Amino acid sequence: MSERIAVFGDKESVYGFAALGLDTYFFDPAQDNVAAFRKLCQSQSYSIIYITEAAASFLEKEIEKYRSEPSPAIILIPGVTGNTGEGMAAVKLSVEKAVGSDIFNE
Amino acid sequence: MAVKQVNPTRMELSRLKKKLNTATRGHKLLKDKRDELMRRFLEMVRENRALRIKVEEQLRQANANFVLAKSSMSDETLKAALLAPKQEVYVSTSYRNVMSVDIPVFETDTRTPDPNDIYSYGFAFTSADLDDAVKSLADVLPDLIKLAEIEKSCQLMADEIEKTRRRVNALEHVMIPETQEQIRYITRKLDENERSTQTRLMKVKDMMLQQAHGY
Repeated sequence: MSERIAVFGDKESVYGFAALGLDTYFFDPAQDNVAAFRKLCQSQSYSIIYITEAAASFLEKEIEKYRSEPSPAIILIPGVTGNTGEGMAAVKLSVEKAVGSDIFNE
Repeated sequence: MAVKQVNPTRMELSRLKKKLNTATRGHKLLKDKRDELMRRFLEMVRENRALRIKVEEQLRQANANFVLAKSSMSDETLKAALLAPKQEVYVSTSYRNVMSVDIPVFETDTRTPDPNDIYSYGFAFTSADLDDAVKSLADVLPDLIKLAEIEKSCQLMADEIEKTRRRVNALEHVMIPETQEQIRYITRKLDENERSTQTRLMKVKDMMLQQAHGY
């Protein structure tokens, strides 16, 4: 069983990944991203989906759905526009869920 | 606490005692599971945080490199250079069982073994900055995959911890006290029945003695 890795985000941030052999999908604010993203998640051909923080902020609900599913792993990465701290917030969310409060607060 | 109605019989009593026994044992096991899960989770989440900080920094640099590369090339050249990638990355996922949570283990495989296949373009028309940019991104990839593995594991474990904690609490604060209360109720009722039988017998004995001997 051999799956691929997808990268979802705005063009500027993700086109470099194509060179490495990852599948890139461009996030276009003008289009229906939810449907595109859902298709990506349900296609079963991707076990890891990297998504830029900027794009993720539009798709929070969809990402939330896959948190407790074993596959795919949806991982937030900072885009070219900079780090918004969303990725770390996702880690915090896990801690809060498990422990009850964020004990790594600094 | 509102006691659920139970039949005050010996059969019910022994059934409830068995139930309490199972519940207590289950509670102890689940508590152990929760503690161990929590220990592993904290270990993993620490690693997750460290790795994320590292990866985010590396990605920031890679992105900066790409911006730099773009500035010295035309959009078309860049697009053409990255249009047809030579390399492909495959992932095979296996699962490792940690305290009944299936956490993923990703193993990557590339289509060609040559690490230079990430440069999908001729070097004539592109700037050296692009090579650097692609290289810096390729260097992040192993860490990025490791991050995906750990972060997903953390998410799944957090979910399982939440579930286990609920079960532990339900057993500890609802199931076990309720059963204990029911057992107490039945014991009291049975004792009361026994006392009343005793008194009745004594009364009857008195009455019979009265009849026989005229005490």
